[in-house]
Amino acid sequence: MSLGQFLLNVLILGVPFSVALLLAGLGETINQRAGVFNLGCEGIMAMGAFVAFLPPYFMAGTPLEGYANLIGVALAIAAGALLGVLFALVVVTFRAPQGIAGIGLQMLGWGAAGTLFRRYVGGVTGVQGIRAMPIPGLSNLPVIGPVLFNHNPLVYLAFLMVPAFWYLLFKTPWGLKVRSVGTYPRAADSLGIRVSRVRYQALALGGAMAGLAGAYLSLAQAKMFADDLIAGRGFIAVALVYFGRWNPVGVMGGALLFSLAQALQLSIQVAGIDFPYEFAVMLPYVLVIVVLSLVRKARMIGPSELGKPFDREQRI
Amino acid sequence: MGHEPIRSLELRGITKRFPGILACDRIDLSVGEHSVRALVGENGAGKTTLMNILMGLYQPDEGRILINGSEVRFRSPNDAFDHGIGMVHQHFMLVQNLTVAENVALGMKSAHRPLWLDLKSVRSRIIEVSERHELPVNPDALVWQLSVGEQQRVELVKTLCLGARFLILDEPTSALTPQETDELIALLQKMSRELSIVFISHKLHEVKALSDTVSILRRGRIVFEGRTEDHSPADLAALMTGHEVELPRVESGGSAPAADGRGLLSIRELRVSGDLGNLALDGVSLDVAPGEIVGLAGVSGNGQRELAEALNGLRPVVSGSIALNGAELAGRSASAAIGQGMGYIPEDRNTEGIVPSFSVRENLVLKDVGGGAWSRGGFLRLGRIAANAAELRDRFDIRCPSTDTAAGSLSGGNIQKVILARELARGPKALVAVYPTRGLDMGAEEFIHKQLLARRSEGVAILLISEELEEIMNLSDRIAVIYKGRILRIVPGRDATKRSLGLLMAGVVDE
Repeated sequence: MSLGQFLLNVLILGVPFSVALLLAGLGETINQRAGVFNLGCEGIMAMGAFVAFLPPYFMAGTPLEGYANLIGVALAIAAGALLGVLFALVVVTFRAPQGIAGIGLQMLGWGAAGTLFRRYVGGVTGVQGIRAMPIPGLSNLPVIGPVLFNHNPLVYLAFLMVPAFWYLLFKTPWGLKVRSVGTYPRAADSLGIRVSRVRYQALALGGAMAGLAGAYLSLAQAKMFADDLIAGRGFIAVALVYFGRWNPVGVMGGALLFSLAQALQLSIQVAGIDFPYEFAVMLPYVLVIVVLSLVRKARMIGPSELGKPFDREQRI
Repeated sequence: MGHEPIRSLELRGITKRFPGILACDRIDLSVGEHSVRALVGENGAGKTTLMNILMGLYQPDEGRILINGSEVRFRSPNDAFDHGIGMVHQHFMLVQNLTVAENVALGMKSAHRPLWLDLKSVRSRIIEVSERHELPVNPDALVWQLSVGEQQRVELVKTLCLGARFLILDEPTSALTPQETDELIALLQKMSRELSIVFISHKLHEVKALSDTVSILRRGRIVFEGRTEDHSPADLAALMTGHEVELPRVESGGSAPAADGRGLLSIRELRVSGDLGNLALDGVSLDVAPGEIVGLAGVSGNGQRELAEALNGLRPVVSGSIALNGAELAGRSASAAIGQGMGYIPEDRNTEGIVPSFSVRENLVLKDVGGGAWSRGGFLRLGRIAANAAELRDRFDIRCPSTDTAAGSLSGGNIQKVILARELARGPKALVAVYPTRGLDMGAEEFIHKQLLARRSEGVAILLISEELEEIMNLSDRIAVIYKGRILRIVPGRDATKRSLGLLMAGVVDE
């Protein structure tokens, strides 16, 4: 295999790998811009992956089979939003420490999804999942075609969401409110903006995105469900938000960098190149740590009140 | 909008309780059209709480608000905006990483279109307001890049853009330089022809300059109301604190440093980098003799913070020397400075001066807790620590429910007394006091000034860094003026005038 072919394979593999990270990362960007970091992202993704898997699994062979994937995706989004609201109840209304609450949510989502799966489904079973939808014309282009335009619809959707989220965050009134409650909630409050409400909305949206990311993993990427399907992607997504400077475009860059590193290590293994595969598996994670430590402090860019609950009547 | 303009505004029987504190106790207040009402009182008297109730930020436990004679209820600041009431808070309510226009847009609901933010209309409104009131602001500047004075202007413009005809200003001058303060007062005088203003302050010369009528709050109650012109600042100060206040003055012989020219604290050619890698101090030399107070005047941001931090081992030194009683401190650690007898009252008392979540008694021993006095064999000597706190509490008049209370829950003045008690009880050879009375009321200011003068007569070398010219002129034997990281000139305290210092602070050296 030529080097060119090898690199092309890495790209073709890497782009769809990045989607789960990208979707969850965009949602987490909104959370953090509003001043809440949701470490429970991993758990929401597990729940999303699980509920999305159910309709295709149980509806196989019924007349509704054609809609099963769509129903699954919708369920995952709804479950994610619900868990986001639950998290908001804990950290916004009851002002619980966000780190601990997030770890709790992660374990809740992960444990509940796994337990319910064993109870109602059992062993490893595949589903048909979401099929590739090559874009007519564009997918035949050399290099660009197979890399960008020969994927399932969720891949296109995820990348279209990058400019959409950028616009939402920087060009709409809601985005302005989100940025203000994450940086200086007292100022937002003094202008009549309901800090708690905006944080609830942001967490619901962030949860919905994490749910969708989970659905992508079970329906489009793995086409099955297992306990360890998420495999830390939720935590990587949280890290990518820092890496991407709380900007959707930066988060996309981080997601691509990470997933290309992962695709590279897979390709190295598949190609049988003589390189200790344990190191290759480590590569993407090491990359995240190195990059995060090198990224400069985000003074005056990011949400400076990240992680702090807001209490109007608390005296400064 | 949609409400008729405010001709009269009345607060009746407003009461607000916080856990353990009665912040407002049946307060009555009424303000008419086109008038300036000063609301005066010490810290914690309830001024800000009262205004936050008027803005709908806090809900009163009892009492009513009447506008033009009919009762209104404000559940959120939006309700207050609708009636044309706006407030400039003491701590600026500006989101640092947004632009000026975005900050204004946050409150301007007319710019909130369903799918986009109409920044264009916000910008033109800002320009309209800023031209009308001669308040130049750049709508596209990021707030964190603006100076404190500029941010103050942005706050005013923002409040006016939101349609305020009735303006509440909460200690608007507390962060401004003398020049900026004068400009603001002149501006407000002009604006009061069109607007009604409630002006919260405890700087009485500003109250005299600006207001028509004055109300004095003490411990949550109105204790006095009257026309400003009928009362002298001294009268008002006495009413405010409940006793006669006379800020002490140094009786300076203009004592110069010891004969060899080197003081107890001796700084030579000090160069220090700032946070942005610039040279914040560029060759500073200064001597402070034992029993001398040297005032360092200057607009903040000219190297004062870097100097204080370098003196206390908190910032690396590029070159030069710092000697305390002959021991070299430049480039050594904070514990070396502490060990040599350096005392420090830092600029930001809440984050650098105390650990807010620690109790008062713990904060009082923080600097020596490793030593034998407060610990033995790895255990704290809790009895001694408590006894020490009880003694210092009496000596320094620290008002706290108990010495077990978290220091961060005290008022600014009492936090400052905790710091002062800790630093002075250690018997320092030299003391660096940075803005020691910033934001404090007159009672606390008087106490701190007296303490500084008492240490002076005991032979402590004191470097007093301040922007308050009056404070510097009252207390200093000699006054050094710092500008852009250099000492422009050192003058004897008794020769200094506000005008000459003001010019030097602006960098003007007339030979």
